[in-house]
Amino acid sequence: MENLAGYLFISPWIIGFLLFGLFPFLSSFLLSFCRWDIITPTQFVGLDNYARILVREGIDSRLFRKSLTNTVYYSSLAVPLGMIGGISIALLLNKPQRIMRVFRTIYYLPAVTSGVAVALLWAWLFNADFGLINSFLRKFGIIGPAWLESQEWAIPALVIMGLWGVGGSMVIYLAGLQSIPKHLYEVADIDGASGFRKLIHVTLPMLSPTIFFTLIGGIIASFQVFVPAYVMTRGGPGNATLFYVLNLYFNAFEYFRMGHACALAWILFVIILVLTLIQFKLAKRWVYYAGELRT
Amino acid sequence: MTSLRTLVARRFGMIAYVLVLIGGAVLFLLPFLWMVSTSLKEPGQTHVFPPQLIPHPPRWRNYLEAWTALPFNLYLRNTLIITGLSIVGQTITASLVAFGFARLRFWGRNVLFICVLATMMVPAQVTMVPMFLVFKALGWVDTFLPLIVPGFCGGSALFIFLLRQYIMTIPHELDDAAKIDGCGWFGIYSRIIMPQIKPALSCVAIFSFMSHWNDFMGPLIYLNSETKKTLSLGLRILQQSMVYTEMHYLMAASILTLLPCLAIFFFAQRYFISGVALTGIKE
Repeated sequence: MENLAGYLFISPWIIGFLLFGLFPFLSSFLLSFCRWDIITPTQFVGLDNYARILVREGIDSRLFRKSLTNTVYYSSLAVPLGMIGGISIALLLNKPQRIMRVFRTIYYLPAVTSGVAVALLWAWLFNADFGLINSFLRKFGIIGPAWLESQEWAIPALVIMGLWGVGGSMVIYLAGLQSIPKHLYEVADIDGASGFRKLIHVTLPMLSPTIFFTLIGGIIASFQVFVPAYVMTRGGPGNATLFYVLNLYFNAFEYFRMGHACALAWILFVIILVLTLIQFKLAKRWVYYAGELRT
Repeated sequence: MTSLRTLVARRFGMIAYVLVLIGGAVLFLLPFLWMVSTSLKEPGQTHVFPPQLIPHPPRWRNYLEAWTALPFNLYLRNTLIITGLSIVGQTITASLVAFGFARLRFWGRNVLFICVLATMMVPAQVTMVPMFLVFKALGWVDTFLPLIVPGFCGGSALFIFLLRQYIMTIPHELDDAAKIDGCGWFGIYSRIIMPQIKPALSCVAIFSFMSHWNDFMGPLIYLNSETKKTLSLGLRILQQSMVYTEMHYLMAASILTLLPCLAIFFFAQRYFISGVALTGIKE
């Protein structure tokens, strides 16, 4: 009886898992060995899609490498800066005073906004001639970069935009900080530890499970950036912001190369999986599990 | 004894700390202010140097003109339908599934729950193409169904996980009492558990709202006809149809679409922050 009731309760998920999970997951794998433009019949091409992307020199392999390099570059700036920013603000705000709530709200506010509206706002802030940022720099006689119109500055600009939403991870760090037992600091005080040493030897180790959690999430999210690049630059200038998922989207829904897009998706899946496994391996060296891992 | 020098140093540190806090807050608020300021400017005022931060006089008409430049009322209606039905579907089915995993003992439960968690690891892009093909075969492309129906299948792995964890913290005594009184499993779910998990449900509803309200990729893939488009697609169309100097309209329309998110944040801040801290979701 309980068996049947159990399955009834989870039946929505089972249906969803089969229909929108397992089935697309497996068929995307099969499709990655096919050529399909939706109109003409599917054609089995073996490893051809993968060969075009990974081995054979050509437009596909060039765009793959360009999009992967862009994504890794973006990720390598956005993830560490986001973590440093989030932890720093959390440390600043981790005080009992009531006024801290006001600051917490202000710093968190940008994180509740997202999507096209935010992308449009930042495209305008970064406007080379009349945007707020370059207007500000011009007051001091500095001629700012062309940001989104410049191959060099487009990705840093998107990183800055991402940092505006750092409040999201700040809240997670704040929760982590508040769960550190007070007696650890009392012991450190008795030992005469300075504020800096307390940070290095108490706060950061105790916060490391939280840091690990946001690191994994941050890397995965940064590999999937889409909206800003699509709305603000459409991958330009000169493919400077062609991110991995943007390349995948163009192949699937603008060039209708469904098989090629599936091969790209599976390569992305493997990359994310390997990166995550490496993180878990490395975690043993620096994540301190005296406290429990908060999920 | 603290010497005068350390006292001065401490006071100085305190002032520096407050200045950093205020400076940071100003920096985080400036983009919003710039958005509001631009949205109230006269057509020619946006592209001038130095920029005028307080438009004089403020042009409130921009909001009405931006909203009516495209059928935004229709986009709003469509977005409300998709978002509203998704919230209903996700909260109801995620809570049912979470209850099943938290309270009932059935064959293969742990393996299936690991499957729930495993789906969180697969990037959406992997299943994106076959999903599109499935919905195309069903004839659902250019309808709201591909954006709504998956929500009725357990919501999302994250919501199931969150609600299951929450239900597990509720003691079993009430369940047992209800069972003795002849309450079935569904009765326990609807009368005992549901009232107790309201905070977690609110949290799920809020995140569901945020993700559907702001969703761009889903509508971009599935909705083609003008009459089906959502607010985020509408903003994108507005961006493409505007000439370079019509920034005031673009910002006015953007503010209008962000307002519900900000309003919900202010009214439900408690659930928001506890929910983010609980699950680590950011957007």
